[in-house]
Amino acid sequence: MERRTLFAGWALPAFLVLPQLAVTVLFFLVPAWRAFVESVRSVNAFGLNASFVGLANFADLLGSGPYRATVLRTLVYCAAVTLLAMAGGLVLAVFADREIRGRAIYRALLILPYAIAPAIASVIFVFLLQPEIGLLTHLFRSFGIDWNYVLNGRQAFALVILIGAWKQVSYNFIFYLAGLQSIPRALTEAAALDGARGFTRFRTIVWPLLTPTTFFLVVVNVVYAAFDTFALIFALTGGGPGTATETLVVKVYRDGVINLDLGGSAAQSVILMALIVGLTVLQFRYVGRRTVA
Amino acid sequence: MRRGPDYLAHAVLALGGAIFVLPIWVAFAGATESAGAINRGDLSLIPRLSGLRAFLDVLGFGAPVNAHVSIGHMLLVSFAMAMAIALGKIAISAISAFAIAFFRFPGRMPAFWIILLTLMLPVEVRIIPTYAVVSDFHLINSFAGLTLPLIASATATLLFRQVFLAIPDELVEAAKLDGTGPMRFFFDMVLPVSAPNLAALFVILFVYGWNQYLWPLLAATNGHLDTIVLGIVRMITTDQLTPWNLVMAATIWAILPPVAVVLLMQRWFVRGLIEADK
Amino acid sequence: MARLELIGLGKSFGATAVLHAVDLVLDHGEMVVIVGASGCGKSTLLRLVAGLETPSTGRVRLDGADITGVDPSRRDIAMVFQNYALYPHMSVFGNMAYGLKLRGLPRAEIARRVDEAAAMLGLGELLGRKPRQLSGGQRQRVAMGRAIVREPKLFLFDEPLSNLDAKLRVQVRADIRKLQRRLGVTSLYVTHDQVEAMTLADRLVVMHQGRVAQIATPTEVFERPVNTYVASFIGDPAMNFCPARLAAGGTAAELDAGVRIGFADGRRDAPDGTRLLIGIRPQHATLAPDAAAAGLDLAVELVEPLGSETLVHGRLRDGTAFAVRVTGGPGTMTDGTGLRIGLPRDAVHVFDAGSGRRLDPAGLADGAGNQARSRAAAPVAPA
Repeated sequence: MERRTLFAGWALPAFLVLPQLAVTVLFFLVPAWRAFVESVRSVNAFGLNASFVGLANFADLLGSGPYRATVLRTLVYCAAVTLLAMAGGLVLAVFADREIRGRAIYRALLILPYAIAPAIASVIFVFLLQPEIGLLTHLFRSFGIDWNYVLNGRQAFALVILIGAWKQVSYNFIFYLAGLQSIPRALTEAAALDGARGFTRFRTIVWPLLTPTTFFLVVVNVVYAAFDTFALIFALTGGGPGTATETLVVKVYRDGVINLDLGGSAAQSVILMALIVGLTVLQFRYVGRRTVA
Repeated sequence: MRRGPDYLAHAVLALGGAIFVLPIWVAFAGATESAGAINRGDLSLIPRLSGLRAFLDVLGFGAPVNAHVSIGHMLLVSFAMAMAIALGKIAISAISAFAIAFFRFPGRMPAFWIILLTLMLPVEVRIIPTYAVVSDFHLINSFAGLTLPLIASATATLLFRQVFLAIPDELVEAAKLDGTGPMRFFFDMVLPVSAPNLAALFVILFVYGWNQYLWPLLAATNGHLDTIVLGIVRMITTDQLTPWNLVMAATIWAILPPVAVVLLMQRWFVRGLIEADK
Repeated sequence: MARLELIGLGKSFGATAVLHAVDLVLDHGEMVVIVGASGCGKSTLLRLVAGLETPSTGRVRLDGADITGVDPSRRDIAMVFQNYALYPHMSVFGNMAYGLKLRGLPRAEIARRVDEAAAMLGLGELLGRKPRQLSGGQRQRVAMGRAIVREPKLFLFDEPLSNLDAKLRVQVRADIRKLQRRLGVTSLYVTHDQVEAMTLADRLVVMHQGRVAQIATPTEVFERPVNTYVASFIGDPAMNFCPARLAAGGTAAELDAGVRIGFADGRRDAPDGTRLLIGIRPQHATLAPDAAAAGLDLAVELVEPLGSETLVHGRLRDGTAFAVRVTGGPGTMTDGTGLRIGLPRDAVHVFDAGSGRRLDPAGLADGAGNQARSRAAAPVAPA
């Protein structure tokens, strides 16, 4: 889309894009370039000499068992969070789309978690599930479940999945609700006249019409689960116990900031950036297919 | 349509609402409890009225790491940061989108693509090199260093560009015949016409800014620029000494501003969220 | 009141010329309507006059002053847009006052002008409303008001009625005409609707593919269209064209449908055998052939009763599609029947089939018919 009527001149517009461009170059492009430079170098143990090592950092990374394990863990994490959060958002949106009393109140409650910081969400859940004092911990123990996410890696992983999904349901709820509301009434009425009711109507009419929304949300949810959950995981478990909850972004931070392996961390950053650019392209290619709003 | 209450819908929505609200409610109840009771595992779901003082007391409380920086101070830092990020992003994105939408100038498309590249690149991914750059500028532990790297984002520019392109050509022509130049047009027409989008974006960006964790963790190390999110996480220690009632009181404070902004501007926010991710 | 002159005005986008050198003069207080199909360049012409686009060739003069390079806001021109282009966030008053404020007019003067225009347009009650609270017709009037308060030398209208429903359009059309007469402001009006064009215009400019086809009064355009394009564009239902050959020393046409029509107005100056198109408007064909009309057989394909009149579609013997509009009901006419129709000799238009140009009688060759064409082509002397 381009517009027909424009203003003349180049100095003013150049001046207007300058701040945005400056911030972008300084805090996006330069860091990205630095990450790249860092990723093809190796710094010796004393931090004094750096030497060019080509793709050695990448080779080390891809050949390392822990990194592959983290990749796999991140994939599982993304799949689980995306599935849970989208299913939850869809179910709630379907019911919130019905003509019921108190709809506005339900909707307000259901978008609440969007406003809560991931790290704060973790703090709240720590309070509920802390091994010694947590309210739910006592409840679980009374059922005979030995709950201790601080020591039990499986429990910790399940917990970060649940909190990750808990925070993201709101987002999916908003989009699915908008998607449902954009379905023309005449269509569902026609389906009703054709005899489709209840779940059949949903499966054959509503769900196919929501496909563009679903596709869009899958991309957004995967990006969220892969990257935006850093604070949530880091505040809750720091990636532990061991590496039980260490996803790729957590590993970038652990390796770079805590273990001071700058080359390896930079190589990880570069891989993640490439991944994100890929996802962006993917989303842009299909963005035109979205019919919702 | 069917008459009578839709019990299934109420049940599902109430359950969903409970899953979202109960944890927050427990946090609220916990804030009014005594630290001792909590540590004994003796927590009631009914808040104690006498414990409401905790919400005031906590404002003057300092986290163990930086005891001289109070929760109240952190709230102010968070607020300043969220406002700076939200308003800063809106300002630079609006003017750059205006330039891209309403002018043809050399380098326009390269500029647009450079901005677009950064669309989904979260700070988490480029954290260490960004830290290095900010450190080179000696901006660590400065408010500028805390906010500037978070101000760049293509999302807002993209949204504004879309909104601006939807302004009818005829409106621009009418304004030209009435005698407006570009900047007057920007302030008299573009901004007022885009007011709902500005509001929506403000909500989204305020929440984004307020909820930052990783960057403040690195960019502010001497305590004076600790945000509330950071402060609360730091209050939790692994031993029994965590003052849980105060942590929960601080938590309620920490979620209050973004929740209030979202709920008060709910209608605009929902619309803006849907448009922002187009 | 002002005099507008367009001298060789043209516009190209890259290699494509959307407007070829147009010459046109609007006299003081005159209402000139530019009509043509979409893409004919009429909107471009208007936008060049407004200064919203820069011409590739030619000049624009207003009251003798060259305004070709002048900023739109300094041209003393007001424009009414197709979609009204009201400022959505401003009240009706604000919309009308905005341009005056930018010109630095005193508050009292602005209020006076807006009130005056609002009273004229019946908008007095609506001054505090926002555009979205108005009906289509009211928005249209606000757009008019915004033009009027400027007290410009020239009004430009860009299809201002196309967003109104049919009934309202007729009423607003009349209102615009009355208002324009009353204010006496020179006006240039663009439309694709030929009825609108005919009813509003002092003079009509028919445009086709970026060129002026004819400039004349509405009656003249209707009665003496300069070519087959104008002839088919103006008039509803559209004119019929029958392929024919010039015969009898230029005094008659031999229709392919098998009948000879002698010209009532004189001899055409062309060799016998020249291919012609004989045009006749559906309302001029008759059902009762007599001495003054040539008789033809029509195979009826469709009968459309319109109430007070009936439209009959059919084909002549050579396969040419032909429509007849007759007063009264359909009677016994039905699809599939045959009909004997008459073409009155004084109602036929003669066109050269090759060029599409009108062929006038030899004596009239430099007369009224060609005058319109020459006015379109000849450069206009500076005032």
